Amino acid sequence: MSTPLLIAVLLLLTAAAFEFGRRRALQVAGSEFRTLHSLPRYYGSFTALWCALPALVLLGAWLAFEDKIITNLVITDLPASYQSLSEPELNLIINDLRNHLSGNVVSRELSPDMQVAAAHYGNLRATSEAALTVLFLSVAMLGMGLAWRKIAPDFWARNRVEAIVKVLLIICSTLAIFITIGIVLSVLFESIRFFQTVSIFDFLFGLEWSPQTAIREDQVGSSGAFGAVPLFAGTLLISVIAMLVAAPIGLTSAIYLSEYSHPRFRATAKPLLEILAGIPTVVYGFFAALTVAPLIRDVGNNFGLEVSSESALAAGLVMGIMIIPFVSSISDDVINAVPQSLRDGSLALGSTQSEMIRKVVLPAALPGIVGGMLLAISRAIGETMIVVMAAGLAANLTANPLEAVTTVTVQIVTLLVGDQEFDSPKTLAAFALGLMLFLVTLALNVIALYVVRKYREQYE
Amino acid sequence: MLNQKQAVLLESPAQTNDVPPPAPAKIQEPDTKTVGRVTVDKPIMTTRNVDVYYGEKQAIIDVSIDIAYNEVLSMIGPSGCGKSTFLRCLNRMNDTIESARVTGKIELEGHDIYDKKTDVVTLRARVGMVFQKPNPFPKSVYENVAYGPRIHGLARKQAELDEIVQTSLQRAGLWEEVKDRLSEPGTGLSGGQQQRLCIARSIAVNPDIILMDEPCSALDPIATARIEELIDELRQNYSIVIVTHSMQQAARVSQRTAYFHLGDLIEVGETSTIFTNPQEKLTEDYLTGRFG
Ligand SMILES: Nc1ncnc2c1ncn2[C@@H]1O[C@H](COP(=O)(O)OP(=O)(O)O)[C@@H](O)[C@H]1O
Ligand SMILES: [Mg+2]
Repeated sequence: MSTPLLIAVLLLLTAAAFEFGRRRALQVAGSEFRTLHSLPRYYGSFTALWCALPALVLLGAWLAFEDKIITNLVITDLPASYQSLSEPELNLIINDLRNHLSGNVVSRELSPDMQVAAAHYGNLRATSEAALTVLFLSVAMLGMGLAWRKIAPDFWARNRVEAIVKVLLIICSTLAIFITIGIVLSVLFESIRFFQTVSIFDFLFGLEWSPQTAIREDQVGSSGAFGAVPLFAGTLLISVIAMLVAAPIGLTSAIYLSEYSHPRFRATAKPLLEILAGIPTVVYGFFAALTVAPLIRDVGNNFGLEVSSESALAAGLVMGIMIIPFVSSISDDVINAVPQSLRDGSLALGSTQSEMIRKVVLPAALPGIVGGMLLAISRAIGETMIVVMAAGLAANLTANPLEAVTTVTVQIVTLLVGDQEFDSPKTLAAFALGLMLFLVTLALNVIALYVVRKYREQYE
Repeated sequence: MLNQKQAVLLESPAQTNDVPPPAPAKIQEPDTKTVGRVTVDKPIMTTRNVDVYYGEKQAIIDVSIDIAYNEVLSMIGPSGCGKSTFLRCLNRMNDTIESARVTGKIELEGHDIYDKKTDVVTLRARVGMVFQKPNPFPKSVYENVAYGPRIHGLARKQAELDEIVQTSLQRAGLWEEVKDRLSEPGTGLSGGQQQRLCIARSIAVNPDIILMDEPCSALDPIATARIEELIDELRQNYSIVIVTHSMQQAARVSQRTAYFHLGDLIEVGETSTIFTNPQEKLTEDYLTGRFG
């Protein structure tokens, strides 16, 4: 049976196991069903879990190793002349065999030798599938049977089920952690390879970014310059512009929503504001590139300023609009968390509402607001699409918002798009940039979370 | 102190504790079902036929009562009977509750406080409030007390502000305990100290009346005793309206007592009379602990 079919069968078996377990519990308890330690459905769940989990583990392990083992078997059984082939060539052959078996177009006619090998391959696969089917179903039945036999009135099914569920939860949550660690490590290793060719000092403090390297040995010209300062400067410039837009607008709208507006208005306005965060960034991107950037250029030209058609200002403004909801939503939550008693205390002293907000509410909420801002900044730093479309690719080291700049994320994109060997410094540079970016946003997030949490504790 | 006091009363120079407006020739007893005399000879505040609604629900039903100069008036009654609600009418703190609606007439020295022309900010500077749970601002002790004088511009120089802070803390009986830690956060004081800090904070703006809503219910007996003493001293300069759950407390600190029941003001009288010889069955039942 194929894997999806196996899983479907397992689902049916599990459902049946649940029912069997439940019935069994009621049956062994007889009329004394109150003496059962746990509710009948816990006995059902227990049986179902024992039916499903071991079988699934088996399936996973089988699928993980099946391919490797079969391939190895096929290769060892190939005629002696093939044994001496290099690994890529063998891979090619195996690929041909696979394609042949699944009826796809094959790159060349199969020789008689290969025909034999293909048949062998096919046989092995069929055997494997049959073996899996038998094993899988017997494990499921066995698990179910064992669990079923354990059911007795004094069997603590509830505790067992809870324990199994807890283990499942732990596995799922650690999975996410391990995946994150894996990503970080892979970026880290590639970065280390990069730093073997380019010194980390040049990378961090170099003022010139021009990552073109020769593709062929004999090619003349660019040997590449990997000074990341212009990229970080560009990122900083755009993030600052974005925050100049988002911080005041986000904060004032949060103050209005939480302190002044009618609850009914707030109930509609807040979700609407949050929609801003849900607009795909590519939409912001073309809004920035096609609407805002030309507008800025025209206005600038009217004032006699030289504005490039892709400018940091355009990207920053639009990015600022995008992160308004981050600032406003978190600020609003934090402001709302300031206890009513403090507001009452201030009002009862004869303060006006705005005095109360300025002198009591905002100072009390400040740490949380700062935390929200930091999260928004880290979002701005990591943002790619808007900058790709609106800020340009030129790695200018400038503080002039009217010029084109480029950012870390944009360069990562351009480094990896294009035909380069995967281990050239140019592509590896992307990992180094990614690592830096990750470290910066991680630091910002940690600080932000710390600040927000500290603030929360203050009033609990 | 007198100078400061006059400085607050920006609105009408005639309104001071020391020169009450001439009392009406004959005190008009309001039309009310309350037992006992609800009026006083020289009221600083009068309330007539006050109803309060939360949405459709009526929480205060036709209450009329006066508050005299330099007296402590206690309000008692089972929980949910509307004591807090009524207290919060007196400085319009009910304005902050969306659904609350107040009708009737409440006058502070002859001025209708619910009149359109009354500035609620000035009103609250004259009628201060201390809450059930101490609510010092998350600022230093000094800043907590200086908060009111700052927003009302009561001090032109730092020295004046220092002076106000010190006198207020002294009057609240907290000075000796905090004079060396004025720059420490007010939230770091003990519960009783925090509550006295809140009292000092209201005194600093020189109110005429201080409203206290169960000011001791979050405090231990020693801190409570300290505040009760303080209330008695404050009576020299202010009128105080205190809501309390403890009948002993009402008996100890107040001169007059008002008994509320389900939104009605049942009985008002001298505290000693109310406690020894209540006229109303409901009052008697409450005082003898038959419910509440
Ligand atoms: N904000 C409010 N909204 C609606 N009803 C309220 C509100 N505050 C108090 N009430 C109601 O008004 C009545 C009086 O409450 P309150 O004045 O707090 O009583 P007390 O202080 O005497 O215990 C109660 O029935 C209470 O449920
Ligand atoms: Mg109350």
